[in-house]
Amino acid sequence: MKKIFFVFLMGLIVFSALSFSEEVVKIGAALPMTGGIASFGEMVYQGIEIANQMFPTVLGMKVQIILADNRSDKTEAANVISRLINLNGVVGILGEVASSNTMAGGAIAEKAGVPLLSPASTNPLVTQGKQFVSRVCFIDPFQGHVAAVFALKNLKAKTAAVFTDVAQDYSVGLSNFFIKDFTAGGGTVYKEYYQSGDQDFSAQLTDALSHNPDVIYISGYYPEIALMAKQARQLGYTGPFLAGDGAEAPELIKIGGSAVNGLYYTSHFNADHPATKMGEEFVAKYESIYHTPPSALAALGFDTYLVMLNAIERAGSTDPAKINAAIRSTKNFEGATGYITIGDDGNAVKSAVINEVVNGQFTYVTTINP
Amino acid sequence: MDANLNSFVQNFFNSLSLGGLYALIAVGYTMVYGILRLINFAHGDIFMMGTYFAFYAITLFLLPWWLGFLVAICITGLLGYSIEKIAYRPLRNAPRISSLITAIGVSFFLESFAVVVFGGIPKSFNVYPKFFSEMLVMGKIRIPILTFITIIVTAFLFLFLWVLLYKTKTGLAMRAIAVDIPTTSLMGANVNNVISITFIVGSSFAAVAGILWAMKYPQVQPYMGFTPGLKAFIAAVIGGIGSIQGAIVGGFLLGFLEIMIVGFFPGLAGYRDVFAYVTLVIILMFRPTGIFKVYSEQKV
Repeated sequence: MKKIFFVFLMGLIVFSALSFSEEVVKIGAALPMTGGIASFGEMVYQGIEIANQMFPTVLGMKVQIILADNRSDKTEAANVISRLINLNGVVGILGEVASSNTMAGGAIAEKAGVPLLSPASTNPLVTQGKQFVSRVCFIDPFQGHVAAVFALKNLKAKTAAVFTDVAQDYSVGLSNFFIKDFTAGGGTVYKEYYQSGDQDFSAQLTDALSHNPDVIYISGYYPEIALMAKQARQLGYTGPFLAGDGAEAPELIKIGGSAVNGLYYTSHFNADHPATKMGEEFVAKYESIYHTPPSALAALGFDTYLVMLNAIERAGSTDPAKINAAIRSTKNFEGATGYITIGDDGNAVKSAVINEVVNGQFTYVTTINP
Repeated sequence: MDANLNSFVQNFFNSLSLGGLYALIAVGYTMVYGILRLINFAHGDIFMMGTYFAFYAITLFLLPWWLGFLVAICITGLLGYSIEKIAYRPLRNAPRISSLITAIGVSFFLESFAVVVFGGIPKSFNVYPKFFSEMLVMGKIRIPILTFITIIVTAFLFLFLWVLLYKTKTGLAMRAIAVDIPTTSLMGANVNNVISITFIVGSSFAAVAGILWAMKYPQVQPYMGFTPGLKAFIAAVIGGIGSIQGAIVGGFLLGFLEIMIVGFFPGLAGYRDVFAYVTLVIILMFRPTGIFKVYSEQKV
């Protein structure tokens, strides 16, 4: 009896899946909704949701977003990609955020031949040798270069303490690119290391501060940056901090408090200076819902959805391989973060924004073009 | 003062600051192990729940900070009591491996519970008066006031525990249960009550440690108990699990080890956790009983 019931149930599930697949286009969203960088997942998803509300259909079919939480974890990042592809049967996936996670998930998407479009994984290795992994953001050699030039020219820094999160490919890569360009410009660096999830940085900071650096460059993510800034201020550091796009999240300010004032970071977007008309529309829509200006990650999430939808339209089909080819031939597409062109290598070329935390607000400083 | 000496003294106080917190968490581990021979892997998550209780007592119920902390400590004690009653008591006579697996289950349950109820986004624990984040400045050395508070609290709780164990009837019963449960119950001691009290005290200590931890690293999230819990477990093993002095010594030792290795070899900072685990392996290989060997006549 139990067996019959089970077969019946399976039949029902398969049937319902079949009957739905005719009118719905399923797009996966693989994001960190819990764990260390949960804030990133939340912001990206807000952007995707808004884009979905503004553009709910493609090829005359309704778009269904299926959210999967990777818990900010590399193993889980690979698991959720297989789940979205094999269980949910998505035609394309938006995500993941952290470069290490996108690399873990990218290998699975590549094998299955389903396009993975990352909003914010900036490490160059993410798309290297991959046919099906692309992104809508700039990459770290550029981001590190921008930070190094800004430190040398605008902050007039001659020495920098560089903090690297050895557990994150993003951080290791970005630190190296920053160090390369900062030393090439005549600067001196002191290297310090930590690991995601660390909460005590007093020993590294004690060592770094004994060299009296002009600037502290932290290439990791906001949970550690906030705590590190706080402890650096407690140890008497009064100079500026410089970080990458991993710094931007409301939690940076909530946790860091006044310690993160004077923190500059390279980013993709600033709500006060949207680069396109689509950007203005997105900011208006976001503010009407959340009553606060959108972050760079929300804008990038918005853009991944738009680029994916545009690719499905141009492909004129929901075949993952055709969608992927269309993603990789995106030319001058107007997104919220700028005009997006995705090359054959899967990377986007875009300008970077530098923001500063002033009195607990993310404030626009300047835009640097590639 | 010369720069190296300066760094060393600064790191000395950094170590005290971290070690005190490890010691406080390790005491909870060791108490439960000493009495029940159960490694309570949920201890780190009880620690996490304690900080959430404090956070919500102050932000949601708008209690003054000291009352909020007190309420959180009491509720965490109750949580420990319920966990023991629901999860561990039915398995008291089962093979030890069953209780161990249950402890891991409780740990996962508490983490998932926190994700569902409190949300996965880290919260800022800025609910205490500014005084606690002040620094004591002596020349180039800067010591957080919190370091002294942590050490004083640890000393005070150690004293409390000593009085409880050696000057009260309950303490006598606890020490007796550590040796032999059936005989103790034949002597007329209420074993269930005594074990409940052990869990209440151990969990309250975890809450105290959690609150102090969150004041130092003001970020509250559902998985925050995992690493400190594991480190404190290592501290308890280094000191000799089951021994309270051992837990305290082990906690400070681990704090010194972690900070000083990074202080002397900054290049190894990314592998800091590795040193904690390697120490655990070495201790288990060469002196599995830890520094303070626990004799059968003075378990706990």
